[in-house]
Amino acid sequence: MKAAILSASVWGPGLCGWAAAAPLLRAGVVAAEGGTVPPPPALLPANERRRAGLLTRLALAVAVEAAADAGIAPAALPAVFASASGDGAVVHDLLVTLAVPEGEVSPTRFHNSVHNAPAGYWSIGAGAQAETASLGAHDETAAAALLAAATAVCAEDEAWLMVVADAPMPAPLAIARPIGPAFAAALVLAPEGGTATPGAARRVALALDFIPGAAAWDLPRSPGLAALAAATPAARLLRLLESLAAGRADRFSLPLAGGRLAVTLAPPP
Amino acid sequence: MNPMRPLAISALTAVSAMGRGGAATLAALVGRRSGLAPCDFAGVREGFVGAVGGLAEQPLPAGLGRFDCRNHRLAAMALATDGFAAAVAGAAARYGAGRVAVVLGTSTSGILAAEQAYRARETPGGALPGWFDYAASQDIGALAVFVRAALGLAGPGYVVSTACTSSARSFVDGARLIAAGVVDAAVVGGADSLCATTLRGFAALELVSPGPCRPLDAARCGLSIGEAAGFALLERRDGRAAAAAAELLLLGHGASSDGHHMSAPHPAGAGAIAAMRGALARAGLAPAAVDYVNLHGTGTRANDAAEDGAVFAVFGAQTACSSTKGWSGHTLGASGVLEALVAALAIRAGLMPGCLGVERVDPAFRCRVLTENVRAPVRRVMSNAFGFGGSNCALLFGAP
Repeated sequence: MKAAILSASVWGPGLCGWAAAAPLLRAGVVAAEGGTVPPPPALLPANERRRAGLLTRLALAVAVEAAADAGIAPAALPAVFASASGDGAVVHDLLVTLAVPEGEVSPTRFHNSVHNAPAGYWSIGAGAQAETASLGAHDETAAAALLAAATAVCAEDEAWLMVVADAPMPAPLAIARPIGPAFAAALVLAPEGGTATPGAARRVALALDFIPGAAAWDLPRSPGLAALAAATPAARLLRLLESLAAGRADRFSLPLAGGRLAVTLAPPP
Repeated sequence: MNPMRPLAISALTAVSAMGRGGAATLAALVGRRSGLAPCDFAGVREGFVGAVGGLAEQPLPAGLGRFDCRNHRLAAMALATDGFAAAVAGAAARYGAGRVAVVLGTSTSGILAAEQAYRARETPGGALPGWFDYAASQDIGALAVFVRAALGLAGPGYVVSTACTSSARSFVDGARLIAAGVVDAAVVGGADSLCATTLRGFAALELVSPGPCRPLDAARCGLSIGEAAGFALLERRDGRAAAAAAELLLLGHGASSDGHHMSAPHPAGAGAIAAMRGALARAGLAPAAVDYVNLHGTGTRANDAAEDGAVFAVFGAQTACSSTKGWSGHTLGASGVLEALVAALAIRAGLMPGCLGVERVDPAFRCRVLTENVRAPVRRVMSNAFGFGGSNCALLFGAP
């Protein structure tokens, strides 16, 4: 299966948007700890901005940058949003309330607890009627998102946005489900070989093959990025982002469903 | 968007308060027997629910005890119904286990286990009990892992979680994986089971009907929550799939976003219209080719009004439509696959079920709402699902 990468974005510890992060990814000098919260999403109206949780902030920050760099209006971009964890803080608050018989559930918290909350806020902010899907596959969520987005691009011959985002769980869920520093990344994928879209000259060729049976996992080359990729499911996309930032051809595998997703990147000559 | 080649649904099943499998579900539809009963679950004693009996005794497949939770018991019950697991084994033999994807939908996965774990804490800020296994229950992706293992499949997979469109949306992802050549077949569908999260969450939104839900009635006042699991086996119609007799065809799919509000539908049903038109366009069919529309029809004031407007905009006043939520309750993320079974039964039996519990159809509605069962040939069914986040998904099914 073949597609093209039009643009990318990233947010994580020391990685604050593609423009600022690309040189750091190239050099491989990245702090694996500490983090910064992205700014409230300017895309959203003020009342929705207040309601959007950390996961939505992360997802929208990278979605907005990737769409802008691809030169495609957000409203015109169908999208895959993926998260292993969902918004752990919202789910935890809900579970604490539900543990008490008379606990009053907040309606806003309830609707924010759905896995597709970031996708919902994205379409509200973008005024988008375009299709969105929201996915989860535990530690393999980034590979599943890449597969789902590239599959949609190939099946429909149109550009798709792909967003992965994860944030640490609060205690006590953090013990049952440890997740490293908050991290989000986005790609805009388009059909292979198309020349009509802006930025066509710098598109990076992407090939994906699902190979059943034997799991394999190639970490990012930089030790700092490798540690982040091992800690936060969404950060498994860092191997791709690292090579993309370096303008480097690459072949690597991500584990998926007991097999592996074999990924090939080929930058323009 | 590309046109879609029809896919064969070579096996299909669902369990819900209507019954276990196709024959029991058809009998409930024909006999107009609702599965709704007063709620007494997880400490909630208001409204009615569509609960599935027998889950306490439902075994899980050997070696998968780690996945034990209500959602996976419900899924295991459906896998053992209507010969579904055997049909999948046939597909795995035809194509190879690695060429069959598992893409499933759920909105709340096994969160009931997390609710029980939080309740079992010794102190409010204390640790969760040792028996709680997040990855095998609460994790949003757990259902696909469990079902892939239960069916012995090795194809790619993940969970789609788009609130109440989840299992409908899984048909879209499964169809695309086949269209793109990633796999030759896909197990789609999903499960959502009763839990305090949704019972008390929808109550907080004041969307739960005190009596059994009455979709499309002038006096409707909310939904009744139900639970269901169901699965469909999608295959290409050509080549080796020809050996498998199709139960149903998937002719088209359309998905869209409202871009309006997190938990209220767009009042004019703009996204719903786009979803239904997308399904028709992919199938290359005109609205008049559809005989029956199985509505999302939850029974809330806002959903039914917006959906009536959307269906009228697409189909006009001639096409028969109804909601079957009066039988099953709103099975949330599982409603798409449960209602795919309803579509198959409508086509197989030549039966369009009229809404249950309706005394008077809302006089503001302009669609042709059925309130009694109608026997007539049914060749094509549009099936709607809408959800929080403004998620819309329409599936178009046809006779094989």
